[in-house]
Amino acid sequence: MEQSASLRRTPLHRVHVSMGAKMVDFGGWDMPVQYSSLVEEHHAVRQAVGLFDVSHMGEIEIRGKESLRLVEYVTTNAAAKLHVGQAQYSGLLYEHGGFVDDILVHKVSDDHFFLCVNASNQEKDFDHIVTVNRFDAQVDLASDRYAQIAIQGPFALRTLQKLTPVDLAPIAYYWFADGTVSGAPARIARTGYTGEDGFEVYVPPADAPRIWTELIEAGREFGIKPCGLGARNTLRLEAKMALYGHEIHASITPYEAELDWIVKLDKGDFIGRSALAKQKQQGIRRKLAGFEMRGRGIGRDGYEVRLDGAPAGWVTSGSPAPSLNKNIGLCYLPVDQARAGRKIEVMVRNQPVEAETVGTPFYKRAKAA
Amino acid sequence: MSYPEDFRYTKQHEWVRAEGDIGTVGITDHAQKELGDIVYVDLPKVGAHVDQGKSLGSVESVKAVSDIYSPISGEVIEVNETLAQSPEKLNAEPHGGAWLVKIRMSAPDDAKKLLSAADYQAYIGAEG
Repeated sequence: MEQSASLRRTPLHRVHVSMGAKMVDFGGWDMPVQYSSLVEEHHAVRQAVGLFDVSHMGEIEIRGKESLRLVEYVTTNAAAKLHVGQAQYSGLLYEHGGFVDDILVHKVSDDHFFLCVNASNQEKDFDHIVTVNRFDAQVDLASDRYAQIAIQGPFALRTLQKLTPVDLAPIAYYWFADGTVSGAPARIARTGYTGEDGFEVYVPPADAPRIWTELIEAGREFGIKPCGLGARNTLRLEAKMALYGHEIHASITPYEAELDWIVKLDKGDFIGRSALAKQKQQGIRRKLAGFEMRGRGIGRDGYEVRLDGAPAGWVTSGSPAPSLNKNIGLCYLPVDQARAGRKIEVMVRNQPVEAETVGTPFYKRAKAA
Repeated sequence: MSYPEDFRYTKQHEWVRAEGDIGTVGITDHAQKELGDIVYVDLPKVGAHVDQGKSLGSVESVKAVSDIYSPISGEVIEVNETLAQSPEKLNAEPHGGAWLVKIRMSAPDDAKKLLSAADYQAYIGAEG
């Protein structure tokens, strides 16, 4: 592929190229889409452990006496409920209720919040927050100070534990601890985007290549695989985790995306609240639904969905699901038709192919005993 | 994987092996690597007419769908039916058992204008 000089690179870029990863332009970043086989990488995460470079993700730090008030004002979830060391999934909305981005909010201390945001949205998110900041709080786009590595899968804990003195087992899902990994300062969060147990660690960029190599070594006995963004997408889709630009964007509200649980209307004023309160009262007209293909074909992003022969919605994401041996997808449908068990047709290259709406998530891991 | 000397190649990563006026068509090893795990192969029916440089069908991997462009013009006389059941064969043996179609060429000289194995490898070397 032609190397564009304008593509951004993570601190691990050289490692990916030297390991033979296939690189693609992902939202302006030159990122690994797969190393060996997308399907093998997918299975490694479900059955063993996989390693992802997600350093392209952005980090925004909010500090100051009124940092909580600012976070509460710009996000939909209740940041006030967070304890120090806890994280939550949340939405950054426009006044009209559509998404600026979906984000993770980490409470580092009473006057310090750490936001993980989507790579291609980071400047937009930062500008958005700064523009509405009328509080005693400083907003800092800190992406250059962090590399981010995701260690995901049933052996993620045992892999990462070899490289850190932090006792990982007590860190609950969506909690984090600050400590060290391979001797480098690290924020270790028990979060992920795969539907498996695992961790996302934020480390200094200069240390990232060494930590990556040591993680590969530490996970070798468990069958660790470096994974690309291709596997990351099939894993998150099976777990029905939203992807910005697909399930959510500026014209979609959290209620439409079935993300009611990240909206806390009673927490006080926040950007988008009045639009959401109105939509809640009036009801939504379209809603995200999962589907499985019944005919031969895969419903891909942007394909039209028909009900009884008439155009009725569109696919937001679709792919073979390696863990399910089915072709699955997500789509928007009129709310009264979005129930599971509805026969639909997906237009695959101008041919209607039968599909059926199903309950989600498509894949849910068995909880450890 | 080696690129056979008796094949001719396109910049869209198809190959053709001509024997008399019959051309066997496939996609290259480079193409299957770029596509990744292949899950569907859509091919024309026997008797269909195809034009050089026009769509011959499509291959779909876990990631995406890609068109296959016919390296030659003519009539499809045989389709590799095993690929419907075992599309993953395209990842394993793109230059052999996973050929796509056989075409009776309307202009057998078309194939000669395509890239040689050496030129194709130079091309993909420069590209990727």
